[in-house]
Amino acid sequence: MASLVGSRVERKEDTRFLQGKGRYTADINIANQTYAVFVRSPHARAKIKSVDTSKALKSSGVVGVLTGKEIAEDKIGGLIAGWAIRSEDGSEMKVPANPPLAKDVANFVGEPIAVVFAETLDEAKEGAEKVKVDYKVLKAVVDPADAMKSEAIHDGVDKNLCYDWLLGDRKAVDEAFSKADKIIKVDLINNRLVPNAMEPRACVVDYNIASEEITLYTTSQNPHLSRLVMSAFGNVAPENKLRVVAPDVGGGFGSKINVYNEEIVCSWASKKIERPIKWVAERTESFLTDTHGRDHITHAELAVTNDGKFLGFKNETIANLGAYARVFGTVTPTYLFGPCATGVYIIPAAYSNVKAVYTNTAPVDAYRGAGRPEATYTIERLVEKAAMELGMDKTEIRMKNFPTQFPFKQTLVHTVDSGDYVAGLEKAKQMADYAGFEARKKQSEANGKLRGIGVSSYFEACGIAPSAAVMSLGCGVGLWESAEVRFNPTGQISVFTGAHSHGQSHDTTFAQIAADELGVPMENIDVVHGDTDKGTFGMGTYGSRSLTVGGIAIVNACKKIVEKGKRVAAKMLEVNLDEVEFKNGEFVAIKSNKKKTIGEVAFACYLPGQRDEMKSPIPEGDEPGLIESSFFDPANFSFPAGSHICEVEIDPDTGNVKVEKYTAVDDFGRIVNPMIVEGQVHGGIAQGIGQALHENTQYDETGQLMTASYMDYTMPRADNFPEFNLGFTCTHATSNPLGVKGCGEAGAIASPPTVMNAVIDALGGQEISMPATAEKVWEACKAMKKSNAKAA
Amino acid sequence: MKSFNYHAPKDVKDASKLASSSSAFLAGGMTTIPSMKLGLASYKDVIDIKNIKKLSGIKVSGKSVTIGATTKHAEVAASKDVKKAIPALAKLAGNIGDAQVRNRGTIGGSISNNDPSACYPSACMALNAIIHTNKRSIDAEKFFTGMFDTALKSGELVEAVEFQIPEKADYQKHPNPASRYAIIGVFVAKHKKDVNVAVTGAKSCVYIDKDLSKKLSSNFSSSAIDGTEVKSSGMNSDMHASAEYRANLVSLYTKKAVEAC
Ligand SMILES: Cc1cc2nc3c(=O)[nH]c(=O)nc-3n(C[C@H](O)[C@H](O)[C@H](O)COP(=O)(O)OP(=O)(O)OC[C@H]3O[C@@H](n4cnc5c(N)ncnc54)[C@H](O)[C@@H]3O)c2cc1C
Repeated sequence: MASLVGSRVERKEDTRFLQGKGRYTADINIANQTYAVFVRSPHARAKIKSVDTSKALKSSGVVGVLTGKEIAEDKIGGLIAGWAIRSEDGSEMKVPANPPLAKDVANFVGEPIAVVFAETLDEAKEGAEKVKVDYKVLKAVVDPADAMKSEAIHDGVDKNLCYDWLLGDRKAVDEAFSKADKIIKVDLINNRLVPNAMEPRACVVDYNIASEEITLYTTSQNPHLSRLVMSAFGNVAPENKLRVVAPDVGGGFGSKINVYNEEIVCSWASKKIERPIKWVAERTESFLTDTHGRDHITHAELAVTNDGKFLGFKNETIANLGAYARVFGTVTPTYLFGPCATGVYIIPAAYSNVKAVYTNTAPVDAYRGAGRPEATYTIERLVEKAAMELGMDKTEIRMKNFPTQFPFKQTLVHTVDSGDYVAGLEKAKQMADYAGFEARKKQSEANGKLRGIGVSSYFEACGIAPSAAVMSLGCGVGLWESAEVRFNPTGQISVFTGAHSHGQSHDTTFAQIAADELGVPMENIDVVHGDTDKGTFGMGTYGSRSLTVGGIAIVNACKKIVEKGKRVAAKMLEVNLDEVEFKNGEFVAIKSNKKKTIGEVAFACYLPGQRDEMKSPIPEGDEPGLIESSFFDPANFSFPAGSHICEVEIDPDTGNVKVEKYTAVDDFGRIVNPMIVEGQVHGGIAQGIGQALHENTQYDETGQLMTASYMDYTMPRADNFPEFNLGFTCTHATSNPLGVKGCGEAGAIASPPTVMNAVIDALGGQEISMPATAEKVWEACKAMKKSNAKAA
Repeated sequence: MKSFNYHAPKDVKDASKLASSSSAFLAGGMTTIPSMKLGLASYKDVIDIKNIKKLSGIKVSGKSVTIGATTKHAEVAASKDVKKAIPALAKLAGNIGDAQVRNRGTIGGSISNNDPSACYPSACMALNAIIHTNKRSIDAEKFFTGMFDTALKSGELVEAVEFQIPEKADYQKHPNPASRYAIIGVFVAKHKKDVNVAVTGAKSCVYIDKDLSKKLSSNFSSSAIDGTEVKSSGMNSDMHASAEYRANLVSLYTKKAVEAC
């Protein structure tokens, strides 16, 4: 049987998704349900003087109104920060309480204050309008650059500073800098992004009065983790009385990692009002309250020699956490950012210093790439600028500083097990026709246009696991993944995974690997995820971990199935265990060539008794049934890497930037399904181009989100992109038996600097910030014309 | 969205009778429905005018093109007659918003709403359009009275828009990257005697740039307006574009339009 791993199998899930048959949380209705509408703060920062619910309670159809007071009385816990980060001085990070319904102060526009439940959605909305909140508006802290100088917004959080974190050795860096021929400096803004999952957040809660069990259907990337957090910290229900189901979920990008206010409130309230509750976010609520991404202000320096060797690296960053620290909020700008900021280079001395501040804006958390896009942007802008200032070719300077020996001990934290950075960049150059750029530039100039080329070489640490590593870095849980393989008596197989698919095509990829391991057709395999009552446990999907951690748990569980199958088959074939071989779904007695298929063996596993001729096939010491599980905890992160090259053309009269060519060469180790991987890369690049050229989250000085709808927030669209030119190189990961590396985030990690480097190249080195909108580029073109005129 | 009474009258008279200070006509709904959903507007009565046959369709005579109020942008964009008589008008319609918007939005809704960044008002101004309502006929320059404001009185219904066929015309737009409305749009029309340069998106309401129109009237070539400064004073400045940027685009796109004629 030909191996399925490596082939472009069509996506199993497409049948339901492309025919509109997906079943999302908002599609779920429960008899007798009520509808929830949240009363949200219209102010970025305000004291809540009083909340008057009397009129709302009398409003037609209203079943109940709850506020921060009741939730505090019931001792329901708040939202949590999942990682404990220490400051350079050893002190613990400062984390304010984040109650599910704000009781005393509101800290960002959209923060929930109260909730109204009614028989219909319209009645709930009417009721919500009648909740009277008396606010004392306070001056909001909006700009992260000013946060440390502004009034503290949380009690006990001096200077609005969560932590002042250092990774690396300042002294060694100073020494390296003192030996440099040149110091390259950049000041960067990594613009805030709104994740914009296609499906807005939603939850449906059903409280069973008889069993006292709560079932929460929700738009989560990690239902088991949600249950754990809601039980351990939220105090909503004991873990065994809480079932969390995340059915089809329409995109997350990190924004659906967190357990949110609405899920906690509705779960708690369903028990209180003894009615099922349904809540579905409107798009405006998504803009205002989904966790946002990025939002860094960075000053970075690279010490170089005249011949382009890198000696040292400094990174001083202010990271905006928004109003509260959430699950990955504190680790994203530290351990997911700092270590990767030295990029794919040998840099003998480096440090990253990050000050994370609170502001009266929506909380910032992981967003596709989480920290690594910010890291790559920092180092790749520096490297490109170094090439420019030293008059070197931008690919040559990179090659010069690439490691060629693996494992490569990267300066700050990681030991990269495998890679071939030279091969990746060479291939990208070839595919992008790098050598032909000058001719294309001349052609553009003849048409009155400016043309630029940008390169970015990246690596990233993903497959977010090794529990030992993450826990030593401050993570509150271990990040292994589990799987269970149930071989049913009639031959169908259910593969349970703790990973969660919200666009990643696990139904297909995971079925491919299980089919290969078990030697059965893919059609016999059903991948089951997203329900705490079905799968054992799971940490969910983010940080490009599904395949590299969750997929391996499946492989290992399948291997256990085969091992037990062998024992049973040996008994059935009446040979010794070491005389049985498993091949293509069959157990073969090597000497006699007698065979039993894995299906026959599975069936036998469920018939342990003796009758007539039939003897029990279950060997001594084995139990009946054919179900195996595995918890996989890898030895290391996985380290995808690659080089991307982009060409842009700028119309100097309008400032319009057109992405003309985009080439991506990535090393994801062994690839299970090239078509699915290409889709992941496409999506990532699209998001990265969105960040570089289009997406512009803006708060005004009072903390109102100005870009809270698609009329003002520019989502990139198909006509903003050229056809992407994708290539792959392959070095196997050594930290897992499949040799796979994560691929979900790479596109979004590599592309923003690639595009910006091209734009800045076209502008003759003039630096502009993301997003490079038409007007900004037009201003830069004007300045360029002026300085060219002066020079002439 | 608050609940409302839905009406679907079959003729203009009934539609007009149903209208009050707390009603809205529903044409494509591309503006009305989102504003109701967002709670920015609420009406007691919503009067759907799409079933009134008379309001839809395109007629071309020797001198003019008349487009019924409920004719959709996509229909105008695809119309062979419009493409032949005033290709610039078909082009304008074909670049409004996106496919979904073009398949619902109507010309009557567009001009009655008079969004400062809508495209059609500039065509009306440059093509000396006459707006026919159930009460009277109004010249375009008197119709667009201010931001989201028109000469329409309560209960007055646009029935059709009659455009004068020019010798040449072109429409150029710099789309808002998010909404794809016009950051600015310039409609240049060369008639027998004079040239009209109508600008949308730049100010609170569509207007004729008299200076550019005059210069092009005496010499219809892009060089005629070389060096003509378009002043940014009075222009909109928002997070998508400053007044200066808009002013630059107006002169640039006027030239582009003239060159494309
Ligand atoms: C995403 C998006 C992008 C868009 N981009 C563009 C663009 O690029 N260029 C552009 O020009 N427009 C654009 N529009 C506007 C769109 O093309 C419609 O023209 C506009 O929304 C209104 O037309 P409608 O037929 O949908 O009117 P409706 O929403 O049904 O009505 C709008 C208003 O006009 C009134 N009205 C409707 N018909 C009549 C009538 N016959 N007589 C009197 N009053 C009437 C209604 O009472 C209401 O007050 C965009 C809209 C959206 C949502």
